[in-house]
Amino acid sequence: MDGAQVLDAAEPLATTTFTAARRGRRYWRGNLQGSEYAWAVAFVMPYAAVFLAFVVYPVIYGVWLGRSPALYEELASEPIYVRTVVNTVLYVVIGVNVKMFGALLLSGFFMRRGWWVKALLLIFVLPWAIPALPSFMSIHWMLNGQWGLLNNILWTLFGIDGPGWLETSRWLALGSVITSHIWKWMPFWTVILMAGRMAIPQELYEAADIDGATRLQRFNYVTFPLVANLYLVCTLLSTIFTLGDFNSVYFVSGGGPALSTHVLATLGIRNAFEVARPDLGVATVLSALPLMIPLVILLMRKLRTTEVQL
Amino acid sequence: MSAALTESRPARRRTNYRRRRNLGEAAALAVGVVILIWTLTPIYNIVIVALEAHGDVFTNDIWPVKPSLESFWVILTQGHWYLEYFWHQFGNSLYVGLATVFLTLLIGSLASFSIGRMRIRQGWLVSNAALLTYVIPASFLAIPFYRIMHLYGLSNNLWAVIAAEVTFATPYAIFIFQQYGVSIPIELDEAARIDGASPTQIYYRIYLPLMAPALVAVGTYALLLAWNEYLYQFLLLSSKRSMTVPVALAQFLNSDEAPWNYMMATAIVYSVPPVAIYYAFRRRMTAGLAMGGIKG
Repeated sequence: MDGAQVLDAAEPLATTTFTAARRGRRYWRGNLQGSEYAWAVAFVMPYAAVFLAFVVYPVIYGVWLGRSPALYEELASEPIYVRTVVNTVLYVVIGVNVKMFGALLLSGFFMRRGWWVKALLLIFVLPWAIPALPSFMSIHWMLNGQWGLLNNILWTLFGIDGPGWLETSRWLALGSVITSHIWKWMPFWTVILMAGRMAIPQELYEAADIDGATRLQRFNYVTFPLVANLYLVCTLLSTIFTLGDFNSVYFVSGGGPALSTHVLATLGIRNAFEVARPDLGVATVLSALPLMIPLVILLMRKLRTTEVQL
Repeated sequence: MSAALTESRPARRRTNYRRRRNLGEAAALAVGVVILIWTLTPIYNIVIVALEAHGDVFTNDIWPVKPSLESFWVILTQGHWYLEYFWHQFGNSLYVGLATVFLTLLIGSLASFSIGRMRIRQGWLVSNAALLTYVIPASFLAIPFYRIMHLYGLSNNLWAVIAAEVTFATPYAIFIFQQYGVSIPIELDEAARIDGASPTQIYYRIYLPLMAPALVAVGTYALLLAWNEYLYQFLLLSSKRSMTVPVALAQFLNSDEAPWNYMMATAIVYSVPPVAIYYAFRRRMTAGLAMGGIKG
């Protein structure tokens, strides 16, 4: 500062540019001085490098691979692709909503008091704690029409000859995949929504009780308005994760019978590696962008504003 | 007459209340049983298939008639040609997991120290980049990622997998660290600065020790992510010696006659570490998840 004043007295013109440059530098550096700014930049560098090398570059490369409009015409003319899009929409819409609504109800159930509820919660989160691969492989074998556990149980207990869940019909197989996905991920969202419910001050419920509110009213007027935002964010996040879910479809139905239960994520990998057409694979995945972009924008906004509330 | 009424009414109300509460408890128990069956059926299936002796998988029994631990013994001794490198592959998984944890914590904490504590002006750019990575499904990036790893000369290399896992774990780390960092008073940093501490000293001596709970939560998350992830490990690793456990496990499926009892026994051995870690750090992890974003 002193230096600037001295200069100011000596040569007004030079100083204005000098202080402007200095102000400009201060703008870029924030409140950091000299070497501290260099350190701050150095600390961010590793992440910036990871982001550029493993996110930006692949994204640009992917878009470049799938740049040709002819690829999309080729896709649209394939019956498998059209079926895949229908599957993806069904998978996401049914899977996400059933899972999230179930999680909302179960999060209320697990707020009950009592030792057995706590013990049950520990068991209930097992599907989330176990890696996806073993459980989906187990479900695949469990649903085998001839030797699977499910049909054995149906036969032993009820005398019903169960169908081949994964081998015979597209809808049975797709239903099985969606159910497996819900089985795996519902515990996770239940735990998240429970955390949201626990953050609600107990006084609100006490006040509602004094006013004579019924259980349904307690839920409608106290619980839901307070977890609604969290519920929305979770649903959006879950939609994106479900859209990108590869394991459920790949290991439970494998896309079968006759390639009828693929979703975009698995068909993309199939096109790229089994059919050996990386450009077509990338195009398959990129065709989800019209659905993805609005979701991502909405979610990024929501996540930024709800950070503190979560 | 009126005296009798006033006496019996509260009593009747109490029995009504008790009856309703018992009914509610019974309904809750019924729901509990349904949840229990729903949750445990696929897990029960893993256990009974693993306990069957080789060749007994094709059965119509719903419990193991003559349970045997043969499959576990075969895994322990690597006695099946699909399992010949099993413990080596187990080591690979562990190596990938630990390297991912270390790098995620290092890169994530350095970045969030710079953004949150040193308040670098371009911090919002980094935060947004992290947020964007967080909401891109990993499977959508797999194809170009695979080809780029070839360009980088990392095909069939564990470091390619580590790079992928770190890429997808750091955004979450930055997210959590920044939120947790808000609770640590910035005055501590300022005091240290006045005493002449350099930024590295503040990072190492003040920031890291105070961030310990967040480091544990994120470390657990990164370890489980790397241990459980399949798609990238499958695409990037091709030789038997470089494979990790999930890739080796899925390889069974492609063999002509899938040995289901060995597969399910392998599945149990593979699942035990993450489940144990999960239960040990459950509270920390849940707090972390609720605090910041949510990764499915």
